[in-house]
Amino acid sequence: MNKENLTVLSQEKLTSKIFKMKLQGDSVKTMLTPGQFVHLKVGERHPVLRRPISICSVKADILTIVYRIEGQGTKLLNQKAAGDTVDTLGPLGKGFPLTQESTALLVGGGVGIPPLLYLAEQLYRQGTKVKVILGYRKKEEIFLVEEFQKYGEVFITTEDGSYGRKGFVTDAIAEAGAYDVFYTCGPKPMLRAVETASTKKGYISLEERMGCGVGACLACVCDKQKPFEGKAYVKACRDGPVFEAGEVIV
Amino acid sequence: MSRLQVELPGLNMKNPVMPASGCFGFGQEYAEFYDLNKLGAVAVKAATPEIRAGNPTPRVAETESGMLNAIGLQNPGVDHIVKNELPWLEKFHVPILANIAGKTEEDYIEAARKISASSNVHAVELNVSCPNVKEGGLQFGSDPGMAAGLTKAVKKVSEVPVYVKLSPNVTNITEMAEAVEAAGADGLSMINTLVGMKIDIRTGKPILANKTGGLSGPAVKPVAVRMIYEVSQKVSIPIIGMGGIYTAEDVIEFFMAGASAVAVGTANFSDPFACPQIIDDLDELLKEMNVSNISELTGRSWKSWEKSLS
Repeated sequence: MNKENLTVLSQEKLTSKIFKMKLQGDSVKTMLTPGQFVHLKVGERHPVLRRPISICSVKADILTIVYRIEGQGTKLLNQKAAGDTVDTLGPLGKGFPLTQESTALLVGGGVGIPPLLYLAEQLYRQGTKVKVILGYRKKEEIFLVEEFQKYGEVFITTEDGSYGRKGFVTDAIAEAGAYDVFYTCGPKPMLRAVETASTKKGYISLEERMGCGVGACLACVCDKQKPFEGKAYVKACRDGPVFEAGEVIV
Repeated sequence: MSRLQVELPGLNMKNPVMPASGCFGFGQEYAEFYDLNKLGAVAVKAATPEIRAGNPTPRVAETESGMLNAIGLQNPGVDHIVKNELPWLEKFHVPILANIAGKTEEDYIEAARKISASSNVHAVELNVSCPNVKEGGLQFGSDPGMAAGLTKAVKKVSEVPVYVKLSPNVTNITEMAEAVEAAGADGLSMINTLVGMKIDIRTGKPILANKTGGLSGPAVKPVAVRMIYEVSQKVSIPIIGMGGIYTAEDVIEFFMAGASAVAVGTANFSDPFACPQIIDDLDELLKEMNVSNISELTGRSWKSWEKSLS
């Protein structure tokens, strides 16, 4: 299991609260699966917990993450400048399996959008047709759209209608047309809505409050739809964060 | 004898550092990071007679230099643990301290009887201090009479020494310690977490689904040090000290307060390599301090001694 002090190459502001950060180090070469995450230590004794951040893209030994400043931890992460290092654990968790079907629909909202970019790239490279629906609150909060456009057609929704279709991501599913499999990441109400709106096979990625990030503390457990082998729960950090749609109660 | 070696009832430890119960699962996750043989002992997650699903999520919330948890003793039940979790640990030459909990005295007796019969369990730890369950746990740990009765009952059935994990959420922790010592406890673990709460000011509601949780991490360290300082002067059984230990210096402080071994909890979450790092640093630090065995430091803060530390 990898732990390494990755070197910060850059921080770039994408919207008022969303930042893109590039980090370099040998362990990045092992970050091969989209949907996995890294666990970042941002303070010595405070905050005590690491921050789980999804992998947005990987090029050789350079990792790109895209995060939103939410609280103290991400504020500290944002203070890191080029040349600083970040104690990074990862890759952690189970990521998205790459489909053998011909058309994949990717649906993302908020900070659930970044991990889908690495997925879009890998699907595109193996020849899968990629369609992407990205949901934002308003025009000023849009990010990563051009990056996704390299890999497929992108449909945008905003809650206030200031850009793209007015409404939620599910309102754009009909417009996106036929697909064989879906992948989604974002807040739970969105995951529920996408699961309900789709009759196809799919994968969801959960954003859970985590403790250890490695499966020991049981902070991020989720209930299974159908318990088996006496086990009614899964750990988002280790058994996930990606699950087959319908596997866990969201 | 090495500088780090310590001997406690049932626990012959090559160094005084063990991961704390509930912060290390049953060891498998952390074994992916380092060789568990490095550890002085392992305190495994609490076992109850029945399968426990634990509390709803969110189960953790961060606070200033600490965290609140309300996992709620989720575990697969003592039978499953004895059959599936403990055997996996047999390949390591590390004593195991098995934490047990229950709703009733009968629960504790059943868990103690079953788990203490496992070949690689060297001691049991009575969890009478979990603040996150409605029944059992803390009720046994806040009444000296009940704690003593439970200790006596478990001592009767346990095949290995019994440690009682004390709660800081009491008016007089010394009274609790004296009561369980008189009832036959072989050692004490202290402290469990402090009951706390964090409110999300955006929703106006407590963050934890359980509303309250147990506070751990560097924020509780001074409380633990004070309680060990007080209790160790009144009992003659050894104390496994815990509460916000992050560094080798912290370990020294706990020993000076009166501990004979230590457990590391929250620090494992900050850094999965916390325990081996502390063990390495501790050896260096003791060498610098010219201490031939760490046990010499137990109770330094209150014992009178002739030779001062150089």
